[in-house]
Amino acid sequence: MEFTPRGEELFAASCREVQAGSLCSPHMSATIIRNGRVIDPANKRDEIADVFIVEGRIADQSAIGNRQSAIDEVDATGLIVAPGLVDMHVHLREPGFSHKETIESGARAAAAGGFTTVVCMPNTSPVPDNPSTIAWIKDRAAAIACVNVLPTGAISKNLAGEELAPIGSLAQAGVVAITDDGHCVQNHEVMRRAVEYARMVGVPLLDHCQDYNLVGNGVVHEGYWSTLLGLPGWPAAGEEAIVMRNVLLAELCDHHIHCQHVSTVGSVRLIREARARGIKISGEICPHHIALTDDAIQNFDTNYKVNPPLRSQNDVEGILEGIADGTLSILCSDHAPHADFEKEVEFDRAPFGIVGLETELGLFINLLVHQHRKIDIARLIAMYTLEPARLLRIDAGTLSVGARADVTLIDPELDWTVKVDQFQSASRNSPFDGWELKGRAVRTMVGGKTVWKL
Amino acid sequence: MTTQLAHWTRKDLLSLRELSADEIKFVLETTDAFKQVGTREIKKVPALRGKTLVNFFVEPSTRTRTSFELAAFRLSADVINISATTSSLTKGETLKDTARNLEALQADIIVLRHSSAGAPQFLASRLKASMINAGDGAHEHPTQGLLDLYTIRERKGKIGGLHVVIIGDILFSRVARSNIFGLLKLGARVTLVGPSTLVPREFEKLGVEVSHKIDNVLPNADVVNLLRIQHERQRREYFPGLGEYIRLFGLTKQRAKLLKSDCLIMHPGPINRGVEIDSEVADGLQSVILEQVTNGLAVRMAVLYLCGGIAP
Repeated sequence: MEFTPRGEELFAASCREVQAGSLCSPHMSATIIRNGRVIDPANKRDEIADVFIVEGRIADQSAIGNRQSAIDEVDATGLIVAPGLVDMHVHLREPGFSHKETIESGARAAAAGGFTTVVCMPNTSPVPDNPSTIAWIKDRAAAIACVNVLPTGAISKNLAGEELAPIGSLAQAGVVAITDDGHCVQNHEVMRRAVEYARMVGVPLLDHCQDYNLVGNGVVHEGYWSTLLGLPGWPAAGEEAIVMRNVLLAELCDHHIHCQHVSTVGSVRLIREARARGIKISGEICPHHIALTDDAIQNFDTNYKVNPPLRSQNDVEGILEGIADGTLSILCSDHAPHADFEKEVEFDRAPFGIVGLETELGLFINLLVHQHRKIDIARLIAMYTLEPARLLRIDAGTLSVGARADVTLIDPELDWTVKVDQFQSASRNSPFDGWELKGRAVRTMVGGKTVWKL
Repeated sequence: MTTQLAHWTRKDLLSLRELSADEIKFVLETTDAFKQVGTREIKKVPALRGKTLVNFFVEPSTRTRTSFELAAFRLSADVINISATTSSLTKGETLKDTARNLEALQADIIVLRHSSAGAPQFLASRLKASMINAGDGAHEHPTQGLLDLYTIRERKGKIGGLHVVIIGDILFSRVARSNIFGLLKLGARVTLVGPSTLVPREFEKLGVEVSHKIDNVLPNADVVNLLRIQHERQRREYFPGLGEYIRLFGLTKQRAKLLKSDCLIMHPGPINRGVEIDSEVADGLQSVILEQVTNGLAVRMAVLYLCGGIAP
């Protein structure tokens, strides 16, 4: 009897393997995705072709040729067949804040947005600054999440920026990166040691770049609208000072620092110049930082309150250039759910954040491919697959034979309207309700199994 | 300066930025009538009889709250005062819930003072009651702006073409913002003066001039409006100290000699005597500081009358 719990654990573990492998189904399964435009940046592939899936893995045609059992067919004519998209910056709020989101509801939102893998941030309660919280998140995800959930660990104990978290133990527990996201290590010496230590154990750092002294109690971009509205300003230099710090430490320690949600033209310049010198630094972009500018805050609507804040038109243009020339290499949402009652308060008291998983792909296709024509759809897919997979060294983001069959079918021309009341996410804090977009995911497959379909 | 506006249509007064020049003039003209009420033996009219007004002051205030309270009494409204410490906000109730409870008690007009910019606008879009902004964070203080305009107009006979200099902590001042918007709409020239940390150049984009040399500006001012240095709530780094502030920007007795003899000296109060203004200057012949207080009562009567009379 004493062994029962252990037995259950083994059972749970075997379930996880099955789920990660081949859609929890005991019998052999096969699927053919026919006639789509297959875009697989990892293999430099962009052609009309069929994609074969056998037992939850990408296969070649020969593997399916002599099969006897039933084969599912998915018609992808007119659609893009992409490797399952990766959003490496989401807040799933569990453990601790399940009134905003759960791993289960966040995973459903991810699937509905076309994402097969999400990387969740550590500002939960408890903070995953220890292996057991990481294990809890992984177990919870394996049990109830319909997409792959990869946890990050904290850089510092309790995200306080003072003492290093046990980064080696976190790496062993399976974190894909360390970050104090939502917070920022202010002490450059602490950060330097974290970078050095993380290099030893082979995990990259993701940094929310915010100098607390420069930013103070700022809630909106410091500029025309903060001046006019009398809201405390959050200056661009408050981000750029830390981006610069990260450039210096990435060079000093020869290890990768990834700057999260880059929002200013100055940050783009710093990252561009550093990358040209071969420094291991990168930057990611959220859709709201190019879809909106700070004039959106003039009615004090807290759905536009986000950190870093919506910036000026000049910043938007700088970011678009940074995307076009490859300086900014990764797209993400910074999916930050909050309950209505938390956002329905005075502007300066409301929490920062926008839910993004179910709108980001449509916004990026719309803005980057259709409207501004900064990149083509193949590059956009690379920024959601190859690039994050390479940075985090994760088994995702490709349609190579043998890879887990995580696949996203995208209709880049589909017209649709954002309706927050139909979100899978448990929260509704989006400024994009009612936006008319062109382009979205229409089917999401994880391990060969369709987890969401329009 | 007469308005083309036929009648008032707003239930809320949230900012001067949102008002047209005609709407501002309409309030000022309505104020004339209510100022006259204050000179009568019986200083009371039945304009808001049967209406309930809640003075909801989440941030402390004496002068503005008293002025609104008295204005409401003179309009025959029933008045309740609620402060942050006596409200359920201290028990964790949200602003929205507190306000909805006030509305459930059939409050017709809510006068809100709040430390957060935008709080009145937030409530106005969620409540049927009239919402009057009595100062929100560093955003606006529209009735203060209106009473300043009224005082200038009363003394100078006009606003268009005048050069108004606002001196002090502009960055954190809701009074400054309401004055800037109101003065510009009515055609005044506005110069902001103060340390560069409290008067950043960004303000020039609003259509005003910015100067850090008070002695160059004072001789051609028609009005100087001095703002209180809110030294108790400022981060230390904005200026090195009061002594240096006085040396660079204080309206000292000596500096006041630079002013034209008919230049008005205004201050929204409360005054820090010896800081932004010398005591003798505050009490001198050019000072209209107490007239501002008297006019504030009439302006608030006009605003309550206009907004309180609009059906939700």
